[in-house]
Amino acid sequence: MTATEEIQSAADQRISDEVLMSVRNIRLSFGGVKALRDVSFDIAKGEIRAIIGPNGAGKTSMLNVINGVYHPQEGTIFYKGKTGLMKPHEAATKGISRTFQNLALFRGMTTLDNIMTGRNMKIKRNFLWQALRWGPAQREESENREAVERVIGFLEIESIRKTPVGRLPYGLQKRVELGRALAAEPELLLLDEPMSGMNVEEKEDMCRFILDVNDEFGTTICLIEHDMSVVMDISDRVVVLDYGSKIADDTPNEVRANQAVIDAYLGVSH
Amino acid sequence: MFVLEVFISGLLSGVMYSLVALGFVLIFKASGVFNFAQGAMVLLAALTFVRFIEMGIPLWLAAIMTFGVMIVLAIFIERFLLRPLVNQPLITLFMLTIGLNYFLEGLAQAVWDAEVHGLDIGIEDVPWVGLEQATGLLISMFDVISALIAMGLVIILSIVFNKTKVGRALRAVSNDHQAAMSVGIPLNRIWVIVWAMSGLVALVAGALWGTRLGVQFSLSIVALKALPVLILGGFNSIMGAIVAGLIIGASEKLGEVFLGPYVGGGIESFFPYVLAMMVLFWRPQGLFGDVIIERV
Repeated sequence: MTATEEIQSAADQRISDEVLMSVRNIRLSFGGVKALRDVSFDIAKGEIRAIIGPNGAGKTSMLNVINGVYHPQEGTIFYKGKTGLMKPHEAATKGISRTFQNLALFRGMTTLDNIMTGRNMKIKRNFLWQALRWGPAQREESENREAVERVIGFLEIESIRKTPVGRLPYGLQKRVELGRALAAEPELLLLDEPMSGMNVEEKEDMCRFILDVNDEFGTTICLIEHDMSVVMDISDRVVVLDYGSKIADDTPNEVRANQAVIDAYLGVSH
Repeated sequence: MFVLEVFISGLLSGVMYSLVALGFVLIFKASGVFNFAQGAMVLLAALTFVRFIEMGIPLWLAAIMTFGVMIVLAIFIERFLLRPLVNQPLITLFMLTIGLNYFLEGLAQAVWDAEVHGLDIGIEDVPWVGLEQATGLLISMFDVISALIAMGLVIILSIVFNKTKVGRALRAVSNDHQAAMSVGIPLNRIWVIVWAMSGLVALVAGALWGTRLGVQFSLSIVALKALPVLILGGFNSIMGAIVAGLIIGASEKLGEVFLGPYVGGGIESFFPYVLAMMVLFWRPQGLFGDVIIERV
C-alpha cells in the first residue's frame, strides 16, 4: 500500500457514511447584499470539513447560519435527524460549539473560568444546591472541574490557568477559545478562522490540536479558513464559496485542480 | 462614646446606601450598562408596596405581590426593550435606561398617585433599649434591623453570583453576548433574571427608605446617593458596594461631626462625592472593581 492509500484508508475508518448535518438551499441576504445564494452541502460524521473562499465570500455568514446567529430567508438545516433552524443557545445545548473569527472571550475572567463556562449547560443541579455546595451539587462541580482540567491538559495551557485571558497573547487566547468550545464536549465543532493572525509555529500547533480533537474524541469539525495551504493539509473535504455561491465541493486535491477555484482566488473578470 | 455612636449609626445608614448601589451593580454586572432607571424602580416598588398595604393586604402578601409586579416588569423590559437591542453599543442601552426612568416615574404616579404615603413595616424607629442599658449607646432599632435585612440580601446575592451556574452565566453575559450564546447561555432568560433580581433589591430598598422618608417622588433621588458608593466600590463588585456603602455612611457622619464646624456645617451632602473623586485619582476602577486590562 502506498502512503496516500494508507492515509485514505485511515480516513475511511474515521469518517462514517452517516450525515451529521446537511445544509439545504440556504439563501441569506442583508438588504440588497446577497450573502449566500442557494448553498447546499453536507457534513459527514467524523470528518474535518473546510469552507474556504476569498474575503467576503460568505464563509462566516454560513457558519452563523449553521449555529443560528442568522436565520436565512430561505432554506433549512438538517441536524442529527431533525430538520429546522436553531437559536445559538439551542445549538449549543444540542452539541454544536464554535469559536469566533475575532475572538469572543470573557476577557475579565481567568482561563479556567472561561473554559468552565463551556460546561455551563452540563450543570444540571438547581442553583440552590450549588449555592449550598452540598451533596450532589458538590460532586457535579468537581466532575466538571476534572473535565475542564482534561481540556487544559490537552491544549497544554496549564501555566495560564489562573491568568485573566485579556492579558494573554493572541495565539493563546485563540487556544483558550478552542478550549471553551471543547469543554462542552461537542459533536460538531465550528471553527471560524482558527489560524488567523498566528505565526507559523502557532499555526502548526493549532493544526495539531484540530487533528487531535478529531482523532481522539471523534469530533466532527467544520472550519473556515482563507489560507488555502493550511486547509488542504488537514481537511477531508472542502466546500469553496465565492460571492455567496458554492463553486466547488470536493476532496482537497480535486479542489486544488479546479479551474473555477483557481479563478476565484486569482481573480478573473466575471 | 459619642464618636462611637456616630460611627455606628453612620455604618448602619451606609448599609442602606449599599442596598441602593446593589441594584445598579447587578444590572451593570450582567449587561455592562449603568441603569439610570434604578431610582424609578425603587419608587415604583415602594409605591406599589404601600398602595397594596393601604388596600388592606397583609404585609407579607403585599411584599410578594410587589415582587410579582417587578418580575412582570422585568419580563416586559426584556421582551420589548432589550431583545430588539441585542448587540447594540452600550451607549444605546444606557440611553434606553434614561427613557425607561422617565417612563417608570410617570407610570408609577399615574397608576397609583403622587401623594406622600406613610409606610409602616412594623419596625419602630426608636433606640434599642437593650443595647442602651448594656452599653449606653443610643442606636436606632430600625437601623439595626434594616441593616440585618440588607446584609441577608447581600449574602444571598453574592452566593448566587459567585457560586452558581446562574452567576457564572451572568458574568459571561456581561463579558460578551456572542460568546455567551455560543456556550449555550440563553441571553433572554438571564436578562429577565437579573432585572427581576434588581427589582427585588429595589423593593427592599424602597420599603426601608420609604419607611424612613415616606413613600414619595423624592425616593427616586435616593438613587443618587448610590453614585459615590459605586465609584468608590467599583461598578461590578457586590462586595465593593457593601464596603463602599459602609465607608461612605461612616465617613459622611464623622466628617459632618468633626470637619463640619470648621466650614460652617452641611458637608454631609457632598462629602461622599469628594471621597469618591479622590478614589478615582488613585484607583479608576474603584476599590473592588475588576482590574482594567488593556493590551497595546
